Amino acid sequence: MSTSAHNAKVMNRFELTKRLVGHLKHDEAVIGGIGNANFDLWASGQRPQNFYMLGSMGLTIPIALGVAIAQPKRHVIALEGDGSLLMQLGCLSTVAMLAPKNLTMVLWDNGIYQITGNQPTASAATADLVAIARGSGLAKSAWAADEDEFERLFAEALKGGPTLIAARIDHKPAVGATDRDPVQIRERFMRGIGGKR
Amino acid sequence: MAAPTLTDAPAQASWHEVVRATLKSNDVKLVVYVPDRVFTPLIKAIHDDPFFTTFAATREEEALGIVTGAWMGGMRAAVLMQTSGFATIPNALASLVVPSQVPALIFVSERGTLGEFNLGQAMVCKTMRPVLNSLGVETHTITRQDELAFIIDRSIKQAVATQAPVTFILSPLLTGGKVFAQ
Repeated sequence: MSTSAHNAKVMNRFELTKRLVGHLKHDEAVIGGIGNANFDLWASGQRPQNFYMLGSMGLTIPIALGVAIAQPKRHVIALEGDGSLLMQLGCLSTVAMLAPKNLTMVLWDNGIYQITGNQPTASAATADLVAIARGSGLAKSAWAADEDEFERLFAEALKGGPTLIAARIDHKPAVGATDRDPVQIRERFMRGIGGKR
Repeated sequence: MAAPTLTDAPAQASWHEVVRATLKSNDVKLVVYVPDRVFTPLIKAIHDDPFFTTFAATREEEALGIVTGAWMGGMRAAVLMQTSGFATIPNALASLVVPSQVPALIFVSERGTLGEFNLGQAMVCKTMRPVLNSLGVETHTITRQDELAFIIDRSIKQAVATQAPVTFILSPLLTGGKVFAQ
């Protein structure tokens, strides 16, 4: 786990999302962050255990943490962007304090607020979000050097966390777009993870 | 109308004992808070009761996100905050909790009125009810101990049944509030 941000390979979010979903064999819950993290999750196939955020930027990891607390036997994955995480850095400290073994946080870091017009984020030049995560108390935080290491880190994370895996990604737009019916999304997710019968 | 029978609150319980016992009797297992001086005995009582999972979040909107996730996972959950903290959550309410129909149970320790000494608190208090009203969030200001258990118990049941959040504003008339240190 020694790859630094500047020498991590720049990868593609949709490709990595597909690889990630391919590792899910136990009805793991996935919380897709607002915007492109969501859209590429949707495009990778609409599992009933996927939740797609439509607003509340920054709350991907808190929502995932809540699911992880309620269902300690189910692994929960949060897919979050750099701009969103920068908005709610305190949640990393909360996750570290609680240390849920069944939570994995995946950070897509493209260095831009892509959906609002490609304005640069602080992580483009100065902030190292893996270093911030480690400093928050999340010892298992790492940059993925390339696609193969991303998969290896993710497979390891599913064995027990909390883990944060960061990937530098390109500026290609998302492949799809979610439906925007929050009640239907929430209902389907709850039934998909047995939160409602 | 009689107050609900609480599982383990003494007959002459303090307001915080009634809140704790009412949460418990309604199977609200998760309580996420951002600390508040007036809520300190409630937070302590919840920490001391192993029935609850409880911890501090760094921001009130973070707490709402956690509570939303817990509800979707099948666990009832409440958030505790101060009036000024409420002012940080309108986006989480308007873009997550309300449109997704999540029965978040929101307890606010009311600052900014009935003897407030901090102008900042007084101003932010004026924003709270207009926000709740504009979002159509069921809201109860609780001033009397004899109504406390009834309001909370019935409103939790309503929130779950109607899949809608509810806000309990605990007035200084109930809690004593925070007084200016002379």
